[in-house]
Amino acid sequence: MADNREDDCEDRIKEGDYVVLKRGEIFKAVQIQQRKKVIFEKQWFFLDNAVGQLYSTTFEIVSGGTLQPQKLEDAEKPTDSKETGTDNRNIVDDGKSQKLTRDDIEVLKEQGLKGQEIIQQLIEHSTTFRDKTEYSQDKYIKKKEKKYKNTVTIVRPSCRILAMMYNGREPGKICHLRYDTLAQMLTLANVHAGSKVLVFETCAGLVLGSVMERMGGYGSVIQMYPGGGPVRAGVESFGFPSHFHDMLHEFPICHVNPLLAGTLDATAKDSDADQKKLNVAAEEEQNQPGAEQQGSPEEDSMDTNAGDDAEQDQEKMEREKRKEAKAQERKLKLEEKQKKLAATATLLEGRNADGLVIASRFHPCPVLLGLLKFLSPSRPFVVYSQYKEALIECYTKLKERGGTVNLKITDTWLRHYQVLPNRTHPVLMMSGGGGYLLSGTTVAADSSKAAGSERAQEPAPKRLKLNDTEG
Amino acid sequence: MSFVEYSDFIQDGDVAIVYLSHNSVMPVKVQQGAQTQTRYGVIRHSTDLIGQRYGSKVTCSKGGWVYVLHPTPELWTVALPHRTQILYTTDIATITMMLELKPGSVVCESGTGSGSLSHAILRTIAPTGHLHTVEFHQQRAEKVAEEFKEHRVDHLVTVRNQDVCQDGFGVTGVADAVFLDIPSPWEAVGHAKAALKKRAGGRLCSFSPCIEQVQRTCDALSDHGFEEIDTLEVLLRVHEVRTVSLPLPDFGSDSEEAPPAVGATEHPSVTMKTTTPPRRMPGHTGYLTFATKPRS
Repeated sequence: MADNREDDCEDRIKEGDYVVLKRGEIFKAVQIQQRKKVIFEKQWFFLDNAVGQLYSTTFEIVSGGTLQPQKLEDAEKPTDSKETGTDNRNIVDDGKSQKLTRDDIEVLKEQGLKGQEIIQQLIEHSTTFRDKTEYSQDKYIKKKEKKYKNTVTIVRPSCRILAMMYNGREPGKICHLRYDTLAQMLTLANVHAGSKVLVFETCAGLVLGSVMERMGGYGSVIQMYPGGGPVRAGVESFGFPSHFHDMLHEFPICHVNPLLAGTLDATAKDSDADQKKLNVAAEEEQNQPGAEQQGSPEEDSMDTNAGDDAEQDQEKMEREKRKEAKAQERKLKLEEKQKKLAATATLLEGRNADGLVIASRFHPCPVLLGLLKFLSPSRPFVVYSQYKEALIECYTKLKERGGTVNLKITDTWLRHYQVLPNRTHPVLMMSGGGGYLLSGTTVAADSSKAAGSERAQEPAPKRLKLNDTEG
Repeated sequence: MSFVEYSDFIQDGDVAIVYLSHNSVMPVKVQQGAQTQTRYGVIRHSTDLIGQRYGSKVTCSKGGWVYVLHPTPELWTVALPHRTQILYTTDIATITMMLELKPGSVVCESGTGSGSLSHAILRTIAPTGHLHTVEFHQQRAEKVAEEFKEHRVDHLVTVRNQDVCQDGFGVTGVADAVFLDIPSPWEAVGHAKAALKKRAGGRLCSFSPCIEQVQRTCDALSDHGFEEIDTLEVLLRVHEVRTVSLPLPDFGSDSEEAPPAVGATEHPSVTMKTTTPPRRMPGHTGYLTFATKPRS
């Protein structure tokens, strides 16, 4: 603790960093690359000048799409126009209050005026501005700022920012998981450093990344994935240090049943798949030797010497060698993958995971029932679904199956407020759209041991009744 | 057991959560030779708890049974002895994410109150973060410090018994996040700013039940140069799963030859699984105001 050094280089934007662009409530995740054109909110610019600046710096977009760091003082805009009206009884909407035409504004823009200056011009050329109330003037300025402001702030990515970004830009990609719902999930699942958490998600990696952020590189996360491979686009955007990836494991959901049945022989299965893939690879290579030849200038030069048997033999041999090397490489890669699969299988086989987080477009019921088996008793789990009905089914099945307590289906309502002098009120109501959660805690499955000797002495164990009265 | 690390078996000295039913849990300090009375009978710690696995079913003397659960901040929140009004999990979850807490975060909090939020913060910032919490009520400060020790998280937290509005948090320029749950948070905004990191800035949250408090806090925040000021409210809805039967009305027969036997004895109805909202639910806990201290 009390690390007061505040490491300088940690706070500065570097090339290759994953960052988030921000203007108002709008976010966009990008990677810092030289000479890369970025389009954000209908404006394009290059990020080159951001390198070396501190995080949370606001930049002005100047001509040619270059960014110019805004000085801290500049951010304060003294728009003091003391003259105000009291009400709107004399304000008539004749469409002529603004004396600047569309073309005039375009000219101002072409002259390279700053957004703030254009707004000032608009105010000066508005005949009604001075008659507007103080609040109305404020609102006018805010509206124009939204349109003409040409600044962008570069911030460090976080679960908060990325969850809000996805929610605003691409809710479909994250199954309409609202950020407050994601917050509930992380807390209800008691996600923290040092635990072993199972994650099954089809939310572009947002949920996985959020879990990893909360674990800070301590413990392990096992991503159960459907299909050919795990989707982790959203994880990239978090820009985790490389050691975070050491705690990340993956396991294909299609191997869950064999694993549970004890029939998953990682090594045997793998060498099979291995062999198959190698054969395919070899075939592919045989089918397109020509393409390879043309691709390499070396071989082109060799072609000019065609006819020389010795050379051709040599070429053949070299090609053979290369092919072998490639096959070898592929084999190594596959072996590596198999090794990882086997290692993950071992992690799962302990059936002692500390938490389970599910958020996917699949029916949650089989996923939950399948993956719960990997949890230790007395561990939390949480399932997200966009639809409540799917969770009702999960709830019913879990009640039948037993082995869980504290089952709850919930959703949250999120309401933002505008807080301004004399103008405080709720801004918008978000309801329903944030999805639903089923959460609970695992307990030891009912076994003979639980119904111990004492129960025999008792004439009437009122187990059913207890539940009823409490329900 | 510790609130920041799972273990499998119950040991002497642990704090275990006894789960009686879905809305009734109680914390138990596990001690060799001790007994705990529940409405289902006695739990004898030496035989029923110590050495058992967390999550086991324990049969009590009257034949009823309970489950013994590993403590988590969420279970603690519903089990803890109230010394003040507390924050519940829905607000805590939102605060944790919006303050961007994670392992390694340094957090300042005031007041500590009953420690409901404190435990959640400690869970999230362990093993390398630290919580500086300030409680002006001496007895509460002592009690909560004692609890942190019992819960084996005292290495992650410093409790200070002082008035945050006058004396601040006792640290400056170290915090990534500040949380205020006091009657006049606007008086502590300056101290909050001082506690946050100078170069990197940080996040602030203030919890207030009344809108007038929010108004004054927001004014103070913007006066102190805070940005991204955002006030919000999160409400939890719990859906109770029910099986309901909706009877079908008798429209009478539409054809002469309809057999009269049908529906003579049984009323036709449609049965389905659905959920019902609770009759009454908490409609308001407090407004959460968030803000960012810009880098300086």
